[in-house]
Amino acid sequence: MPNHTPLYDVHVALGARMVDFAGWEMPIHYGSQIGEHHAVRRDAGMFDVSHMGIVDLQGARVRDFLRYLLANDVARLREQGKALYTCMLNDSGGVIDDLIVYYMGDTWYRIVVNAGTRARDLAWFRRHGASFGVAIEERDDLAMLAVQGPNARAKVHAVLGERAEEARTLVRFAAVDVGQDMFIARTGYTGEDGYEIMLSADDVEDLWHRLQATGIAPCGLGARDTLRLEAGMALYGQDMDEDTSPLEAGLAWTVAFEPADRDFVGRTALDALRAAGGLRELVGLVLEDKGVLRAHQRVMTEGGEGEITSGSFSPTLGCAIALARVPAGAGGACQVEVRGRLLAARIVKPPFVRDGRAIIAL
Amino acid sequence: MSNVPANLKYAQSHEWVRLETDGSVTVGITEHAQELLGDMVYVELPDAGRTLTAGKECAVVESVKAASDVYAPIAGEVIAVNDAVTGAPDIVNKDPYGEGWLFRLKPADTAELDKLLDAAGYERVVAEEGH
Repeated sequence: MPNHTPLYDVHVALGARMVDFAGWEMPIHYGSQIGEHHAVRRDAGMFDVSHMGIVDLQGARVRDFLRYLLANDVARLREQGKALYTCMLNDSGGVIDDLIVYYMGDTWYRIVVNAGTRARDLAWFRRHGASFGVAIEERDDLAMLAVQGPNARAKVHAVLGERAEEARTLVRFAAVDVGQDMFIARTGYTGEDGYEIMLSADDVEDLWHRLQATGIAPCGLGARDTLRLEAGMALYGQDMDEDTSPLEAGLAWTVAFEPADRDFVGRTALDALRAAGGLRELVGLVLEDKGVLRAHQRVMTEGGEGEITSGSFSPTLGCAIALARVPAGAGGACQVEVRGRLLAARIVKPPFVRDGRAIIAL
Repeated sequence: MSNVPANLKYAQSHEWVRLETDGSVTVGITEHAQELLGDMVYVELPDAGRTLTAGKECAVVESVKAASDVYAPIAGEVIAVNDAVTGAPDIVNKDPYGEGWLFRLKPADTAELDKLLDAAGYERVVAEEGH
């Protein structure tokens, strides 16, 4: 039996095309994936992301625990509510998951993990958390909506009224607990401004309908994927996994090697990888010929061969784009093998689109 | 249930075929197929003059989501391709049985059409897929 979020019936009633995603029956689109993509870039769209895992970690030594568990350093979080994007590594430096951790207090951090890795994440938290005396609570009682787009925040403010008062002043990548189990974070996975709202599963349907009444477009996982790809954001299981280190997934910036005396899971392996050199890098590709780039297509660069990790058609740019792992230093023109033919492409630095605008020259 | 016109023949692999009055056949993908794929962004058609083998891939339609091969429902020579859909692939979504046709064949043997499914047979294929 697939898992269903509290909004399952709402999606079905809206005529969504439902697909299996990591054991969850989720909407891929509600009619037009491209239309939903544009809604987020130009106005506002909302996604049911209740399949993601919300985990609260509490305890006197929770900060020490997370400084050891995560490749980024939670000590960088000094203001209450601030969020940090980080990888959680295995002992070989491979990525068990990428996640967002919110600093809610010296004894409380909230973590949001991917649906597909949730069980593995929990096991890893428990395995390493025991000696730190950390209480680990999975918040299955909560649902989560991502409301994204240039008009998303204003629409949420209008719907929530006074409850959103504290959200209005949030800086980007920060969150506030507004009480009664509602948590509003100015985060997302689209390259647009907006909120991720966690709230009681009992209240989510009502909020969904009230948001929809303001003209916010329901959006499926299809648009979520093209939006994150345009934003140059890595997707777990495609751009990185347990066999790929963050150093080869465009995520070196999320690894806090300083302070040098902070030990964290995977550090020894990453230090060895850095010392050995020859690391590949994750770059962006823009297809100049007609066609569509897809994961696992071969990429031929001047510096050697690589592979596309995520590829699709970019609705904003009107051409195919991709993320690809290629030999370090590769740049400029390259070729991609598509169904036995070599197509012309160009290596660029992601993101492709940010805040509604193309930021690479076409 | 998506639209399955009664006057067309169908292949298991979701192509439709229409016998024209001049003896040629027009080929496209079904409404169900375009629904499954979603927003179309790229179409690659065979060159005119190419001889197609029944059941072999001969064209590609790609949506934002995925690429899908199109198979020749019957053998024949390609006598026309729809350049409008290569320029604007979303026509396949909007009008799969009309403006969204893909190519036209001169059949090697018109009797091959009898091996294809009729509308009722294709509806059963679609219904079984749903389970």
